[in-house]
Parts: sequence; C-alpha cells; structure tokens
Amino acid sequence: MYAFNYHRPKSLADAAKLLGDASDGKFIAGGQTLLPTLKNRLASPSDLVDLTGIAELSGISVSGGIVSIGAITKHGAVATSADIRKAIPALANLAGLIGDPAVRNMGTMGGSVANNDPAADYPSAVLGLNATMHTTKRKIAADSFFTGLFETALEESEIITRIEFPVPKRAGYEKFRNPASRYAMVGVFVAETADGVRVAVTGAGPCVFRHKEMEAALSKSFSPDALKGIRTDPARMNNDIHGSGEYRAHLVGVVAKRAVQNALG
Amino acid sequence: MTNQGIGQPVRRKEDFRFITGQGHYTDDINRPGQLYAYFLRSPHAFAKIKSISTDAARKMPGVVAIYTGKDVAADKVGGLICGWTVKDKKGEPHKAPRHDIIAIDHVRHVGDQVAVVIGRSLGEARDAAEAIEVDYDVLTPVVDVVNALKPGAPEVHADAPGNLCYDWDFGDKAATEAAFAKAAHVTKIDLVNNRLSPNPMEPRSAIGEYEPGTDNTTVYTTSQNPHVIRLILCAFVFGLPEHKVRVIAPDVGGGFGSKIFNYAEETVCVWAARKLKKPVKWTSDRTEAFLTDAHGRDHVTHAELAMDKDGKFLGFRVDTKANMGAYLSTFASAVPTYLYALLLAGQYTTPAIYAEVKAVFTNTTPVDAYRGAGRPEATYVVERIVEAAARELKMDPAELRRRNFVPDNAFPYQTPVACVYDSGQYAKALDEALKMADYNGFKQRKAEAAKKGKLRGIGLCAYIEACGIAPSAVVGSLGAGVGLWESAQIRFNATGSVFVHTGSHSHGQGHETTFAQIVSDRLGVPLESVEVVHGDTALVPMGMGTYGSRSLAVGGSAIMRAADKIIDKGKKIAAHLMEASVDDVAYDKGVFSVKGTDKQVPMAQIAFTAYVPHNYPADLEPGLEASAFYDPANFTFPAGVHVAEVEIDSATGVTRVANWVAVDDFGKVINPMIVEGQVHGGIAQGIGQALLEGVVYDPKSGQLLTASFNDYCMPRADDLPSYKVGMIETPCPHNPLGVKGCGEAGAIAAPAALMNAITDALGTEKINMPATPQNVWNVIQSQNLAAAAE
Repeated sequence: MYAFNYHRPKSLADAAKLLGDASDGKFIAGGQTLLPTLKNRLASPSDLVDLTGIAELSGISVSGGIVSIGAITKHGAVATSADIRKAIPALANLAGLIGDPAVRNMGTMGGSVANNDPAADYPSAVLGLNATMHTTKRKIAADSFFTGLFETALEESEIITRIEFPVPKRAGYEKFRNPASRYAMVGVFVAETADGVRVAVTGAGPCVFRHKEMEAALSKSFSPDALKGIRTDPARMNNDIHGSGEYRAHLVGVVAKRAVQNALG
Repeated sequence: MTNQGIGQPVRRKEDFRFITGQGHYTDDINRPGQLYAYFLRSPHAFAKIKSISTDAARKMPGVVAIYTGKDVAADKVGGLICGWTVKDKKGEPHKAPRHDIIAIDHVRHVGDQVAVVIGRSLGEARDAAEAIEVDYDVLTPVVDVVNALKPGAPEVHADAPGNLCYDWDFGDKAATEAAFAKAAHVTKIDLVNNRLSPNPMEPRSAIGEYEPGTDNTTVYTTSQNPHVIRLILCAFVFGLPEHKVRVIAPDVGGGFGSKIFNYAEETVCVWAARKLKKPVKWTSDRTEAFLTDAHGRDHVTHAELAMDKDGKFLGFRVDTKANMGAYLSTFASAVPTYLYALLLAGQYTTPAIYAEVKAVFTNTTPVDAYRGAGRPEATYVVERIVEAAARELKMDPAELRRRNFVPDNAFPYQTPVACVYDSGQYAKALDEALKMADYNGFKQRKAEAAKKGKLRGIGLCAYIEACGIAPSAVVGSLGAGVGLWESAQIRFNATGSVFVHTGSHSHGQGHETTFAQIVSDRLGVPLESVEVVHGDTALVPMGMGTYGSRSLAVGGSAIMRAADKIIDKGKKIAAHLMEASVDDVAYDKGVFSVKGTDKQVPMAQIAFTAYVPHNYPADLEPGLEASAFYDPANFTFPAGVHVAEVEIDSATGVTRVANWVAVDDFGKVINPMIVEGQVHGGIAQGIGQALLEGVVYDPKSGQLLTASFNDYCMPRADDLPSYKVGMIETPCPHNPLGVKGCGEAGAIAAPAALMNAITDALGTEKINMPATPQNVWNVIQSQNLAAAAE
C-alpha cells in the first residue's frame, strides 16, 4: 500500500472535519474491502479517518417494533445478538453468512452498506426490510439509498450513524454463493412487512434491486409456488466467468423460492 | 520401540513446529544488509518492448539498482533451461526458445519480467518500479492450443514456427490401426484437461547472498530439490563451480510440483546479489504466484477405444494437444510425453496403443509438472473413455474393467507402451472398493434422490501411476538431462543418536517422521534419537529431490542401503567385542548377537565403541557412518480404484459429493496415518480440479481472469466429503522396502471418478472440468433434465 495519514477521532464532528481537511481522505470502518484495495495499490487516499473509535456509532437496541443497529456494529455481533435473532432472525442469519469468521469480526454494517458492493449481503436486508439509514445529516429510506454500482445517496463526508430496521411479520434470506469468492452470486431477501411484501435481490445485478413482479405475486400468496413462472431479465444481470446473465436470472427464481421457504420456517 | 517402527501410525515429528507457528521458511530468513527485489511485470500477454526508461525511477528514494534484460544479457547470464529434451516424430529435438530471466525484446505472457528494482525496502522498490516507463508495441496474443495451431495464428516465438514445440508420437501405429480395423465397437471421446494453478500455501521466495572474501554464493529458496537448483544455476545459468554455491531450501510450505523448477526470480536474486555484493531477497505475493508459478495440465484430447464384441479392449489411440505456455519450463517437455503416454495402458491388457502429442506455445504462464504430472491426464483419458464405452455397450462399468484388467498372475507385465508393471491386484482393489461403496445399493439411492428432485450418479476410476522416478539409464535414453537416483547418509553420534541426511526434500510429506521410522526400525534406535536432515546442499552430500512420489521408493531405499552398511560395520565391531568371528554375528532390531549363544551387544554400544575405540578391531576405521546411493531398477506402479457418488441439485446445478471410496495399493506402508493424509489431500486436489478449479485467460486480451482467490476457486473443507479409505498391500518386488509411493494417487484418481459420476447423473459425456454449478446447469438445460426432475 501507499503511505497515508491515519486518524482515529472520538466524535462525528471531528471525523467530518478531518475528512474535510484531507486532500483526498476516506473513512474506514472494518476495512474489509478498503484494506485489500489499499494493499493492492488500487487506491491511494491521503488520509484514512477511522470511525471505529466513535462511541455513538455502536450499539444494538430493539424497541417499538424497530431494530436499531449502530453503524460500526460488526457482522459477528449482528449474527450472535439474541435481540436481533428474536426480532428479525433472517437478519441475524444473513450476517452469519457474510465472509468468514475473520471478516465477520472486523467488517461493519455501516461500512458494508455505505460501500454497496453489488455482491454484498446487507444491502438486500436493508432494501428488503425497508430500513432507514440515519446519517450525520439526515434520514435516508432504503428505496432511495442504493443508487448504482458501488454508489449510494451518501454525500461526501456524510456518515451513516445507525440503521433502523422495522420488524417484519416474517422474513427470509437465501444466498447462492459464488463458488470462489463466496460472495453472493445471487442473494434474495424476502420480507412480509407492514407495507407489504418486499423482495430484494443482491449479487445478480450491478446493484441491489427490488423484484416487483415477485412482490406482487407474493402479496397474493406468500408461498414458493406463487413465484412459479416469474422470469427475471438476463440482460439486467451481471455476466462473468462464474455465472452468465441467463444463469443468474434463473437462480434469482430458485433462490427467491428458497428465501420464501426460509421465511415460512 | 515397536510402536514407532515400520507400519505404525506415528504422529508427525515435524508437526509441533508447524502447528505452533515455529516453522522456518525462506521468507522468515533475513540477512544482514539485505536488499529487496521488486519485479516490474508485463501487463500485456504479448508485446514488443520498444523502449524502457528508468531515469526517473533511478532517482527515487531507496533505489540501489534497476536492471533490465539488456543488463542481464551484458553479463552473459544464460537463460532458464528445459532439462529434458524430447525428440519429435522425425527425431528432431524439441524447440526450446530462449527463456531470459528478464525479458529483452518481447514479453510473452502477462506477468513476464520486464525489469527488477533492487531497493533498500520493498515499498521503495515497488514505488520506483511504478516510475519505470515502458513503451510497448502490443501484439495479438494466442492463449489456447486449438487457436495456436491454426494457420496464421500469432507466433509466440520466431524460432518455433506454428507455435509447435514438438509433434511427438509413441506406440505402435500400425498395430493400433489393425486393431481398429477388426473392432466390433469403437468408443470416441473429446476431453479437455483444465489448466490448474498450483497454489501452495507458501508463496515462492528467494534470497541470493555473495561473500566476496570466500567467493561463496548462498541461495535460500523455496525448492523441492535444492541440489538440482544448484546444478542448473551453476552448470547452465551462471557457469559457476558447484562447490562455491550452496542452496538451502528450509521449511517449504507445499509445492505440488511447482517448486521443482528453476525460476527467473531466484536466478535474478543470485545474479543481483553477486553484482551488488549484498543479499537480495524476493518474496512472491499471491497475485505474482498466480501469474508466474508454473501451471499444470491444460490438454485437449481426442481418444478412441476399439473393442471386440465382448468388450475386450483391442486398441487405443489418443491425440493430445498440450499447452506449454510461453516458455519451456524446467521439465515441461516430459510431462505430456513420457509421463503421459506411457501410462495409457491403465490397468488393462489393451494390446495396441498409439499416442500423438503436439506441444504448443501460447501467451500464457508456462505449464509444467503439477501433482501427478502427466499421469492424471493419462488416467483421465483412459478412465473417462472406459466408462463411456461401458455405457455405450450397456455393460456394468465395473464388469467391463474386470474383463480387461491385467490379471494377478501376469506380473511383471509388459505393456505396449514401454512400462513393465511390477506388481498389483487390480480386481481385488475393485471388489473391495465396490463393497465399501455399497455399489449394489446405488440404484435405490438414485431413486430416493430423484424423489427429492436430485440427480444422483456414480463413477469409478481404476488408476495407475508410475512412481519412484526413475531408473537413470531409462530416463537418460528418453532425453532426461539428469540421473534420477537418490542418496542418503546415516551418521551415528558417540552417544547413540543418529543423523539421517537425505537428498529427498520434505515440503509437507512428513519425511522427518517416515524416514526416522525406517531408521528406527532397521537400526533399533528410538524415534526421538533420529534427526532427518534435508534441504541444504552443504549438509546433504547429494540429492535429486522430491517429486513424482519418489522419496520413499528411491530416497527411502537409499536410506535402507546406508543402514545395511552400518549393520555390516557394526557386525565387525560386535564380533571384536564378543570375541567371535564376523560370520557368526547375527543382527536383529538393534541387537548384535553371536549365533547359538546368549552373547549380545546393542547398537548404542557399537556406536560408542566406534567413536571411543579403546577396544577395537585393529584393521577397522573408527566412526559409524555410511553413505549410499540408490538407482531404482524400475518405476513403481501404485494402483487402485476410487468410487465417487454425487448428487446434483437440478435447480441450481450444484454438485454435492455424496460419497467417496478409495482403495489404494501403495505396496508396503511405513506410516498409515501419513499415507491416509496424502490420500485425503490428493483427492481434495482432484475434486478441486473436477468441480472448482480452472485457470481462465481472456481469449482476446490474454489477461489472466483468475488471478486471485476471488475468481480461482480452491476447494474448501465444506466442498469435500468424508473419505472412506482402504488399502491393499502388494509389495513392490524391486526395492528393499517394498514401497511404491502415495503422494499423487488421489489427484490422479479423483477427477475421472468424479466426472464419471457427474456424467452418469447427467446422462451425457459432454461436460468439461471444472463442473461448476453454471456448467452443470447449462448441461441440465440442454438435456431438459430439470423438467424431468421436477
């Protein structure tokens, strides 16, 4: 990696100021994407502002039908939280499927969501559960947060502080792993929420997306069979050596059925 | 002591230091004043180097030197050599174009060395490398053998027209054609043996060091054969005397063949260290390993099997195109020829065999030996076509094999492709494997799987390999540039402990334990009193190293020879101590005795007496040590049967390995626990090849698309089943231990067994390795199997 200045502020205000003062600064949380990128010399930030020392970004609470998770909460903590496992077991299960134990003990929810890797797991839960990102500047609804490949609605120096997940009636996640990387080649998060059924698909396309046809079908009948015959457009899918657009489009259907089955328990 | 000798599952002596993180690898070594090498590598698969400007880079902080290919050429350094010359159909030697340690005018694969920066730190060297400006004239590359052989294809080397390294054949063409002419049935198959990346856990690393005062050069390197590296560096690359060069290969974290070869980087470290009179170190990162460690396999093959009306094999012909990559690596030429075609008889009595092999240059990483080296490719062709033939004949694949096996009473058995199989019990291994796999219960398991929408398949592989490489005169007559003996030295200390110096090299095989068991058993010394020394040309007098499952059969035999010499001398000392005639002294398990009396002397007393010779035979030298060389009389021929059973999710194409049985005949087994571990590891690699692994180059740009573990799929624990491993022992008749070798068997047997199971489940032969979920799903779509299963 190239040389950079390292900062570990104690407050959000200091973090924003440090980033603003840097010529080409970047926030770092768990670093599970950024550090390998730096090691491969694919990025050369002047400054890294480490968010993991900011106390107000941590903590898990459940009240009033809302699960609130601090942005620097590690995947491992989400996976093993008794409160989350009780309120939204699908979310805890999803966290337990991210990476390997080393990644789960370093990577953070806020970091993953802000990075919006097309093959990451969390974006599907955020979108599927209609979560709200609380940031240093505002609240952002899931539907307007993920804007494209590695792109989000976050502005420069805007930090996710916590993410609020409404507790759904039921939800399920199914992940079809890329055999090599074990990232999601197709991941589908299905939730029956107060606002209706939501189906969020990650891994398959350039950015997590909602599958409206599936949502409509599941609204009529929340069962795997309701998804029979629903096609996904291969042209909208990623295409690489591990999976063609056709294969991924097919998998979306298979994986969605299994996600519904998981939700039904 | 009885629980530590031959045949005992002794825990590995070396594991304490490995498991507790106290192994000592090349990268753990740092020499005073050490500098760091960083290689600037080609981003292009094929390009002419128009110019290289290092002016800006030289001014960067910490830069000691920057060298390009022209600097190497100016010092008249030889290129990397191929140590085995294959002669083509016309008797002409293969094309071995120059392989410079730093490219001079052309780069020929992504990752080819363009320049090296020697810096005071690795970071500074890397920074400077980024400031080097290279002006390339980018050329159109060719990456696969089929396209490389087409007329008008880009030529990787001007001195290898048509990209042809050699067009070679083996066997009796006329007899084979005659066999096909009278065949009742001919089975044909087209196969691709996918290219693999070796991926040992420890990346390659090297330090070159030069002492001007003594004119001695020391090379620390991740090698499976330090003496061979010394020989190549001295005799071919630098023209240095061997006694002034010491090669040390300390703990080495896996090799799988890829650390046999002499590579550019270690050579540059030695050259630069001698030039700068400072130690120069290089350690590969993982990306460099994918780009530059010699790859394995990469064959495209058409094969035909002729049978009579009863399924008896009459003739077998094979046409193979083998990808050599951009340059000929150290033993690359031998792999698709003498390590391949000579095994095409398999376990069968096929009377006529003919093979043609074209070796082809492409703009890819060089290809050389990888666990099994040629023999997995041969087994894959034989066992895929035998299984396909059984299906065409609607015959039980086990029965078809049984009908064609070399019978137990036919050994030694001369095949039509040069090998003389030493011993075996092929039908017994098959029977045992079928029993362990509950072969007869398969139909019921398939029916149950179908109820769950799963496609279940079963596949066999009856493999053979030639190990214990090799009789020197034989390989010499076939073009090898070296002898393939092994050496050993046993040296007692006065207090009874023993050093065993072996020219074999352990990089995961457990020699420190297995060899110690042999010495413990033969010389009656406690296991903990035996120290096995390897991996240093200054400590081990001579050696040829470890590859081709040769260490026990050849290296172990040398140790036995040395032990015999110790016993012979011990008898003379014992006779003196017991006041008996040497002819009356008997030896058994560490004790010398006078026949027919109760007089006896233990080995420890003999050793003490040899070094404190106060009461000693007048005509005998003091000391108790012996050296021995062993040149094998023949190859050894381990064989066995593997049975794979799979269940395929027709909705996703995911293959689960549901059951695995391996019944192997490795001859006499010294340490069954280590052998079983080798079998497990080999099967894991074979399953990796069949299901998961595959090097992929972009066909247009020649870029390596699988340059990290994000894209190159290594097998993980949860991809693999629990194996059921059985053994039968038919001792090798021509070496003193009766051993055959076990290191490669799993990797040889597994791909064919697994693909036979998958093709059984899918009902078509038309699927190539790796059978990834996507590949399997594509077949399912084309076969309409999903609908059938739903």
